[in-house]
Amino acid sequence: MPKIKSLDDLRRIREEAQQDLRVRLETGTRIIVGMGTCGIAAGARDVMRAILEELDRRKIDAHVETVGCIGMCSCEPLVDIEQAGHARVTYRNIKPHMVPRLIEEHLINGRVVEEWVVGRLPAS
Amino acid sequence: MRELALHILDVLENAVEAGATRITLTIEEDSSCDRFTFTVRDNGRGMPPELAARVLDPFVTTRQTRHVGLGLPLLAAAAERAGGGVQVRSEPGRGTEVSATFRLRHWDRAPLGDLPGTLLALILGKEGVHLTYLHRVDGREFRLDTAELRQALGEVPLTHPSVRRWLQEYLREGIAGLERPVE
Ligand SMILES: Nc1ncnc2c1ncn2[C@@H]1O[C@H](COP(=O)(O)OP(=O)(O)O)[C@@H](O)[C@H]1O
Ligand code: FES
Ligand SMILES: [Mg+2]
Repeated sequence: MPKIKSLDDLRRIREEAQQDLRVRLETGTRIIVGMGTCGIAAGARDVMRAILEELDRRKIDAHVETVGCIGMCSCEPLVDIEQAGHARVTYRNIKPHMVPRLIEEHLINGRVVEEWVVGRLPAS
Repeated sequence: MRELALHILDVLENAVEAGATRITLTIEEDSSCDRFTFTVRDNGRGMPPELAARVLDPFVTTRQTRHVGLGLPLLAAAAERAGGGVQVRSEPGRGTEVSATFRLRHWDRAPLGDLPGTLLALILGKEGVHLTYLHRVDGREFRLDTAELRQALGEVPLTHPSVRRWLQEYLREGIAGLERPVE
């Protein structure tokens, strides 16, 4: 099977993407996925993938990053959502199938999904 | 862990935790020697010899507050179960190399699993890290270097949705091509 994708594709993507770059940098949403050993063993990698796919599907712009172990094994996978001017909310035991609701409620409707919350940090 | 790719992600995350800015992942599969080896080399803070010598020991603590390791002992157990083992070489201030070997056809060897997912979690989750990935299967080779991608992309970040979609496909095709050689 010949290779279909090549680095040349990136130059085309670059041209297309440059146009919406300015718009994309504005929104200040960060989603942080715990990627320590327990997180990985509990499925954090697949949760991250589900988050990226859901953001894509809904055309939401957010920065998704990973963080190491914070010593809350039984709560993994942990997902934090931080939005400018809001408390940073930590959600526990997030599975890929929970991601669409999490994104819809928290990011679109602006409502924290209380039953999945394990902690909060006040807005800085 | 159900997949070798999850162990690989765990070792990559160790490198990130150690402050590495450059990480090299090499995977070598050789069916004639019945060997599967992955090696992660980083330029992080390294470990003093006393620590490097005992990171593979299964932990016996209860890990209530400050646990000592879990990931590497799990990896060592998985490798040993599959007729292999783990080697750790580290130099404080310079970096670390962790290498795990498995017998390729051993009954207890976990499948490789979602390696593209593992690489994406690292590349997208830790944008500052420069990753070189080299994968050889019976002489066929696939490689990816995030510095090359960045150069092609200019100011467009790797996390851009179009780039991410491309990366996912690129990795999927590249790795699948290794397993199913061109005739
Ligand atoms: N690549 C690395 N560079 C420096 N230190 C490391 C590296 N990998 C592991 N270590 C050290 O070994 C310890 C145990 O690693 P590991 O078994 O993965 O458990 P954990 O990452 O949960 O602490 C780490 O806490 C760290 O001190
Ligand atoms: S080892 Fe980090 S949360 Fe359990
Ligand atoms: Mg670890």
